[in-house]
Amino acid sequence: MNIDNGYSAKGSSVIGKPLIRQDAHDKAIGRAKYVDDRCDQGALCVRILHSTVANGIVKSINTEEAEKIPGVVRVFTCFDCEKNYFPTPGHPWSVEKSHQDIADRLLLTDHPLYYGDDIAAVVAEDEVAAAQGIRALKDQVEYEELPFVLDVFDAIKEDAPLLHEKYPGNILAHTTINQGNYDEAIKEEGLIKVEGWYDVPTVQHCHIENFECFAYGEGDDRYVCVSSTQIPHIVRRVIGQALNMDWGKFRVIKPYVGGGFGNKQDALYEPLCVWLSMQLGGRCVKIDVPREETFVNNRVRHGERFHLISWLRKDGTLAARKYEAWADQGAYSSHGHAIAAKALNACPQLYPCDNFQGDAWTVYTNKPVAGAMRGYGMPQGSYAFEAHADDCARELGMDPLAFKRLNLMPVGFVHEFSHNELYSDTFNQCFDKGDEIIGYTKKYNEYKKPQTGDVRRGIGVATYWYNTAVYPIALETSSCRMVMNQDGSIQIQLGETEIGQGADTVAAQMAADTIGLTFDKCHTVSCQDTDLTPFGTGVYASRGTYTLGFSVRKTATLLKQKILDYAFELTRMQPYLLDIVDNNIIRKTDGRILMGIDELATTALYSLDHSVHLTAETTAHIKSNAYSFGACFAEVEVDIPMCRVRVLNIANVHDCGNVINPALAEAQVHGGMSMGIGYALSEKLLFDQKTGRPLNNNLLDYKLSSFMDHPRLIGDFVENYEPTSAYGTKGLGEPPVCPVAPAIRAAVAQATGCFINEIPLSPDLLFKKFVEAGLIEKEGGEANV
Amino acid sequence: MSERQYKTVHFTLNGKPVEKNVDVRASLTDMLRNDFRMTSVKKGCEVGECGACTVIINGEAFDSCIYLAVWAEGKDITTLEGLMGPNGELADIQQAFIDETAIQCGFCSPGFILSAWEILNTGKEYTDEELRKLLSGHLCRCTGYENIFRAVKKTMLRRLGKEEEAEKVNEQGIVDTDERKPFASLDPTVQA
Amino acid sequence: MYDLKALYEAKSVADACQLLTDHPEAQVIAGGSDVLVQMREGKRAGKELVSIYMLDEMRGISIDEDENIRIGSLTSFSNITKNEIIQEKIGVLGEAVNMIGGPQVRAIGTIGGNTCNGVTSADSASTLHAWEAIVEITGTDGVRRIPIKDFYIKAGTVDLKLGEIQTAILIPKESYENCFGHYIKYGKRNALEIANIGCSVNVRLSDDKKTLDRVRIAYGVAGPVPMRAPSAEEFINGKEINDENIKGFAKSVLNDINPRDSWRGAKDFREHMAVVMAERALREAIKKAGGEA
Repeated sequence: MNIDNGYSAKGSSVIGKPLIRQDAHDKAIGRAKYVDDRCDQGALCVRILHSTVANGIVKSINTEEAEKIPGVVRVFTCFDCEKNYFPTPGHPWSVEKSHQDIADRLLLTDHPLYYGDDIAAVVAEDEVAAAQGIRALKDQVEYEELPFVLDVFDAIKEDAPLLHEKYPGNILAHTTINQGNYDEAIKEEGLIKVEGWYDVPTVQHCHIENFECFAYGEGDDRYVCVSSTQIPHIVRRVIGQALNMDWGKFRVIKPYVGGGFGNKQDALYEPLCVWLSMQLGGRCVKIDVPREETFVNNRVRHGERFHLISWLRKDGTLAARKYEAWADQGAYSSHGHAIAAKALNACPQLYPCDNFQGDAWTVYTNKPVAGAMRGYGMPQGSYAFEAHADDCARELGMDPLAFKRLNLMPVGFVHEFSHNELYSDTFNQCFDKGDEIIGYTKKYNEYKKPQTGDVRRGIGVATYWYNTAVYPIALETSSCRMVMNQDGSIQIQLGETEIGQGADTVAAQMAADTIGLTFDKCHTVSCQDTDLTPFGTGVYASRGTYTLGFSVRKTATLLKQKILDYAFELTRMQPYLLDIVDNNIIRKTDGRILMGIDELATTALYSLDHSVHLTAETTAHIKSNAYSFGACFAEVEVDIPMCRVRVLNIANVHDCGNVINPALAEAQVHGGMSMGIGYALSEKLLFDQKTGRPLNNNLLDYKLSSFMDHPRLIGDFVENYEPTSAYGTKGLGEPPVCPVAPAIRAAVAQATGCFINEIPLSPDLLFKKFVEAGLIEKEGGEANV
Repeated sequence: MSERQYKTVHFTLNGKPVEKNVDVRASLTDMLRNDFRMTSVKKGCEVGECGACTVIINGEAFDSCIYLAVWAEGKDITTLEGLMGPNGELADIQQAFIDETAIQCGFCSPGFILSAWEILNTGKEYTDEELRKLLSGHLCRCTGYENIFRAVKKTMLRRLGKEEEAEKVNEQGIVDTDERKPFASLDPTVQA
Repeated sequence: MYDLKALYEAKSVADACQLLTDHPEAQVIAGGSDVLVQMREGKRAGKELVSIYMLDEMRGISIDEDENIRIGSLTSFSNITKNEIIQEKIGVLGEAVNMIGGPQVRAIGTIGGNTCNGVTSADSASTLHAWEAIVEITGTDGVRRIPIKDFYIKAGTVDLKLGEIQTAILIPKESYENCFGHYIKYGKRNALEIANIGCSVNVRLSDDKKTLDRVRIAYGVAGPVPMRAPSAEEFINGKEINDENIKGFAKSVLNDINPRDSWRGAKDFREHMAVVMAERALREAIKKAGGEA
């Protein structure tokens, strides 16, 4: 059902069209400027000294040798900065103290809490001198080493080393959900108990542009920071908090960004960079994070362990469920418990059950800091929920898809806290469409038959829970400014940032639609500058298209009214009888074109009778959210002796409401699927158990999927217009990654009979599991001695 | 500061002869970005893993990050800036990247377009597996490679005059074969 | 920018040898895909480099007067794969080096560099071992030739003395004539990968294609340096092609190899793979030789 035109301005030719993205041309010719491309050539280079202990106290750092190195300008250590703790996550700030993010970071710390923590910085004339400075410092640090802990279950033990005094047991937070009466409900006669432990790994975002920022002084006491960030306005606030100065002293500029995926939804090194510039009289200072450090010193996705129990009736319905999960936070709080809590809250919504008992803990460990990453807890949760649903179906002897259709959130379901409602039969529509695309039912039945030979096939399907934006947990606000130029074209400014997903383009499409302009007349300013851009919190939570839609519609409507009011002065026709269609003022009564918008705009600005600047700016405070669901179908071939999985076919079907730009939406789906394939099969950040040192923090050893690891990716949609949304849309940025890993897990299970409760399904893990299952006979033994 | 070692390097950059006195410590990426402001040459890993810094040297794609600037002596080097015609006309592969939504964040795009350009310039028709292998020196986190694949395959077919087949590229999603393929370092014989 | 102390650019092979003699601490740099990466990591930071990259005389593939295949040490992987002599006589080598990294790395990486850094995972090394390649080394005193197995001393160390560089790799006629080989690289992804374990097998069949006249097998990452599996070869040589013999051959590699336990791969996993790969590579090699397996 595509009903967009019914809700759009008459004659709209922009919504629902695969228009070329605004930045495509500049990016295709290499003209698009990213942070490093904008940096002054004379900028000083910074390298950061990272701790070589996973927990300890820095007793001293002797900087003498490093400072002697030619080209080294200054060495700053943890002893040079004030102990002013600040929070880093890209959440809107809360005026309520109890909802404020945890302030636990320092610019440089004398108590490193993970191997690689930031303890000193070398500022030098060039990168070589900076690196030499770091090498000269490495052996000059005196540590008092403390015991450390890498595993969540070790961390919650009584005798575990404590990372943060305020958080006993290393538990950052623990939340619960209790519905009905679990203990009573499980006593029902004839129930089948299905229990499973599901583990997901720590992974990293791997945007191809590493994080980089540079800072310099402006005027007497202001500082500019140009940063590869998703959240410029939030970063400005965090710099102010970190340096204990007025937030308005800082100006954050975001040029083109080479991918973020949530990593750049934290303040990373911006506060340190500004502080260093400040120490050096406002000289331009650049922090260009090497790839190896991006893996360790930015953010990672939370690894998580799930323990799920379902009590099933013979008819396949759910009598009671128990949920326990432990999320690995790493050393500092960053986005903290929001991730584990999201998955916990999702579970009883996705598969409603009268009796549900759930607990989620977020646990500190001496590892890199987990923060936001595409899916924000839901790739983890979806893997566990869907793997468990498949386990339930198997126990019941049911077709897994039938089990899911039976138990998933029904149409009309309302979630009280968020007011979210499932308005349409989304799950079944997505399943049906995906089944049709990939031939699921036929293949499922074919591969169910006993298979022999080295290479076997299977197919799986999985869904997920997702919503859009952060209401009602946190503030949702979006501001938009539109300025009409003398020729009738407009500039649009928004705090929602373009990071590759296409936000600028959809904003222009929406504005064009509402005002009645053609797409080419609407230009979204891609660069955010906190001195110039209206306040906005940035992009995250798949909120961009949804939230900016509110302020774009509001602003465009206001601008249009101003235009029509001015048209009334010029045409003497009543504003309510006028409209704008394809850049022309028309009279609705007869459709006659009265004048072009270009003529009107020129007159408005230069008129000696009545000069008007046609601009509009509004803020939308958004008090709604929307469910955004879909499914992934994956077909695999497993070479059993080789312990290798090949994805043969894969298709994602999503309902993100009204699709504004199908080409961009499809591309967004491909990217999520790709990240999901990596999550399922190959990606995992590894640590040396003896030291806590990261082992594979580079693009060779961390197995991000290559071009040869993917089949063709199929992304498709069902479009149910979202009634809470300004343009019928809902979240799509993160959802595509969520259902991929469980779909692949199910396919591998069908091919091999091995239901593996851990990802990635990498060769070493498959080897272990295939040996256990007797699919592989273990070699070696005496022969090898 | 200890004495620095410099060397004058002469080469052809995007069709024009140039010379530069460079610090011998510089990588080709450093020289192209800093001395010639060819900012399409991106730094993604600096160890030859991601392909963002790819340039064409004497007709072949190289990672410029692990190539000493002094080795440019006498070479013919093309960066993405060199693909555009004198009147701003785009190369067919650049237009295809735009049309197929093969660009998202855009950071891997310059390198990808250059590798694709090298592949297409052979004038050969490659299988899907061959194309994947030929493009496998680039990592991308946004696109899942799908639209990049479409852009390159379509342009290849169009250059071969196979417009009708090119139009079908986006439809050919599903692998429908009963042949089961053992893992074998996929198509090792592929070559450019 | 790289943290190098000084760069000496060799004008000729003789000049390179002289430069290395004059600067005993200096490191040779060929393509740089290993040396520069290590320098950036800090391992070789601050070192002097002797660059031989511009020595075109060390590039190219030819057949010498004794009908040996001669591969100049600076020949890039991509040029090896594309070369007609390689394709005709030892195709497996072109296939093996076509699995290194990605296309751009194959354009810069050289077969000399791949062998001189002495690592066990080098994709060319197992094939060169299985084909009993000869390494040509040039020094200020002249040229010497040694079998590749003697060239590798221990992990990371090869037999290059002060003032010496590797100038060519030769495949003797006796070694390639009527031989057909297959290489399997095992990695976790299909490109941009370092071998978890690599296996190269080549066969020479009897005239009726029923008997394995000679089989040679070598591994990368099955021990600290690339290695042959002599007991497996001994087991199979002269035997008839059948499932039992092929499987027996594969099993017996366990008598020869000694892979490490590391986070990149467990010992038992690598042993399992070594056996599976031996069988599969042998079958493929037999097929390429015109036999049935």
